[in-house]
Amino acid sequence: MIVLHAKNLSKGFTLHLQGGVHIPVLSELDLQLRAGECVALSGPSGAGKTTLMRSLYGNYRASGGRILVRHRGEMLDLAAADPRTILAVRDETLGYVSQFLRVVPRVAAVDVVSEVLVRRGTGVEEARHRAAGLLQRLNIPQRLHGLPPATFSGGEQQRVNLARGFIGGHPILLLDEPTASLDAANQTVVVEMVREAKARGTAIVAICHDVEVRNAIADRLFEVSPLQEAA
Amino acid sequence: MSQGTLLSARRVSLAFGTIHALREVELDLWPGEVLAIVGESGSGKTTLLNLVSGRLRPDAGAVWYRDPDGALHDVHAMPDPALRRLHRSDWGFVDQNPRENLRMGVTAGGNVGERLMAQGARHYGSIREAAIDWLEQVEIDPDRIDDFPRTFSGGMLQRLQIARTLVTHPRLVFMDEPTGGLDVSVQARLLDLIRTLVARLDIAVMLVTHDVAVARLLAHRIVVMQGGRVVETGLTDQVLDDPQHAYTQLLVSSVLHA
Amino acid sequence: MKGYNFGYLDEQTKRMIRRAILKAVAIPGHQIPFGSREMPLPYGWGTGGIQVTASVLGPDDTLKVIDQGADDTTNAVSIRRFFARTAGVRTTTHTEEASVIQTRHRIPERKLREDQILVYQVPQPEPLSRLEPSRAETKRLHALADYGLMQVKLYEDIARLGQVSISYDYPVMVNGRYLMSPSPIPAFDNPKMHGMPALQLFGAGREKRIYAIPPYTDVRSLDFDDHPFRATRAPHACGLCGATDSYLDEVVTDDRGGRLFVCSDTDYCASRRDTAQVAAQ
Repeated sequence: MIVLHAKNLSKGFTLHLQGGVHIPVLSELDLQLRAGECVALSGPSGAGKTTLMRSLYGNYRASGGRILVRHRGEMLDLAAADPRTILAVRDETLGYVSQFLRVVPRVAAVDVVSEVLVRRGTGVEEARHRAAGLLQRLNIPQRLHGLPPATFSGGEQQRVNLARGFIGGHPILLLDEPTASLDAANQTVVVEMVREAKARGTAIVAICHDVEVRNAIADRLFEVSPLQEAA
Repeated sequence: MSQGTLLSARRVSLAFGTIHALREVELDLWPGEVLAIVGESGSGKTTLLNLVSGRLRPDAGAVWYRDPDGALHDVHAMPDPALRRLHRSDWGFVDQNPRENLRMGVTAGGNVGERLMAQGARHYGSIREAAIDWLEQVEIDPDRIDDFPRTFSGGMLQRLQIARTLVTHPRLVFMDEPTGGLDVSVQARLLDLIRTLVARLDIAVMLVTHDVAVARLLAHRIVVMQGGRVVETGLTDQVLDDPQHAYTQLLVSSVLHA
Repeated sequence: MKGYNFGYLDEQTKRMIRRAILKAVAIPGHQIPFGSREMPLPYGWGTGGIQVTASVLGPDDTLKVIDQGADDTTNAVSIRRFFARTAGVRTTTHTEEASVIQTRHRIPERKLREDQILVYQVPQPEPLSRLEPSRAETKRLHALADYGLMQVKLYEDIARLGQVSISYDYPVMVNGRYLMSPSPIPAFDNPKMHGMPALQLFGAGREKRIYAIPPYTDVRSLDFDDHPFRATRAPHACGLCGATDSYLDEVVTDDRGGRLFVCSDTDYCASRRDTAQVAAQ
């Protein structure tokens, strides 16, 4: 079952502060994703892999084309959706683990992770319990759970990010360098988590520079090639 | 005005003499959403907030409010008593300067309880309990319930103002630079508080700020204003990460990153 | 008295004041502005009360004037004599004989009747004056029935002192709509206003306002459900007549701490003593 279909997706940036220069990054791209499969984006640095991922998430506005997402049983075009719809899709259907954790001041790690569950109506205690479980699986010890992640190391922050991304059980996950700052042991945990998610039917798009991890999780590759810069 | 929007401004314009403070501004606010209006000084954002909340009249255009029964009201055609009642119950306004909203000669408890009493609350014990509860929610020591606000710090005053405003569970709260003038650490605490309360109580917020970081933290959607016009509007992270308009790009690129 | 109209005021002025009174009666507790005239005594001495009395007085009326409950203080005597000379009406110190009673700061202890009028002297007609200095704003608050401010004041008293500290001029809600200052009568007298069969008129000369409570009107002192209003009096019996239900004045009798509590309402006290004397015989 196709859960995500980017059709003729184009994305370019017009930099008004640099005299209006236009930089095209993606051109008429076609990507389909099925439930339970993991597609890894490949291509050189700067080719547009992260741009593609952000566009799929609605974080970047598509210049052209459609981004069809299976949301509540229907295929919905995210590129044409209004903000409230996009937020609903992100809440229920489309999850995103970015490369860097955006740190909210003062909020404890366990609350950062459990937020999505609480928002959906799960009781705070139950949600925290599940979040704590996931954090521990990612080797973030109990004593750190109550601390805001601002003071965590890069690797620890990434693991908090991962926990937050996986806890919601989203049917589609976008993972941007999920293991970049992690040691081997934690990389293994992540690979396991991805496999479990796939087994549940979760569809995944991943950017992964580490070839070993990529081989462990991806069912196929999707090549993103850099475009020639238009004048 | 589409089904379900809480507040809508349609082609609203306002000039002060030759100064066009607002030009054909349109915006919508949905229940439970936080909308940030950002722009530099003189962009018209505070004027817009004051106009939409009924404090100023437009030269052209209209502002519509949908009440809990679903009926539409033209905010500026409402009779004065009705608008005042609205401000005391369904709506709230958090001023940039809390001293303007609070009664400095009345205790913290009296300040928080006032809106309840204005609505007819007549049980002293319940009013006091509600005041204590709200002081706790805004992280003010409830032992200070009988203290006067003039003994409070800036951050505490702002939190007291928020308690005083939210005590009647308004559906819509207008906020004008709620963290303006506060120390950075105090700001962080206040923003976190606002974020939590707004989400928990499902309040719609229209928030004016010149600080893009505040918008990013609190808002679902963002409206960017320049020279009295709306130049860009949309999902907060989209507008801030992929700004389309030249001015938005300028605004975003000017933000200092910690 | 030669050269003066009946009751001192000219008929046009009386007509203007009567119109204000009619409006006041039509909207119980609401302050009506009126063109207060210069009277032969300064502001603060009862000019408002006198103008109201002058406008309602007729040749067949019997007038009683009291000041803090007493008929025999200087002001009460002067005002009573003023009307005796300018209107030639009968005057009395007996509450039950009077058809018009002008009072400063007390309500007579004896229950009043439908055929009587009680005229209060009012220094400050605006009950919110100490909480909101702007008259424009208090007008708006009355128009919108926005009285949270006064309730907050009561809350503050209870929070700070454990009880409401207002002992006189205790604000009341009239007919469920208007917040009113009953004039500086002791809080003890407030319950008497509720459902009173007599017409109650209030005149403020300096502030130029008239207001009224028609007979049998709902008048409730502001309070909280769990801190209800209580009419308090000194816990003594009158040293002269033995009454335990009247408002008492405390009289210092010597310089060694000796004191006597006596009824503030002199007519009430005297009547009780007369009755007791007759009964003793």
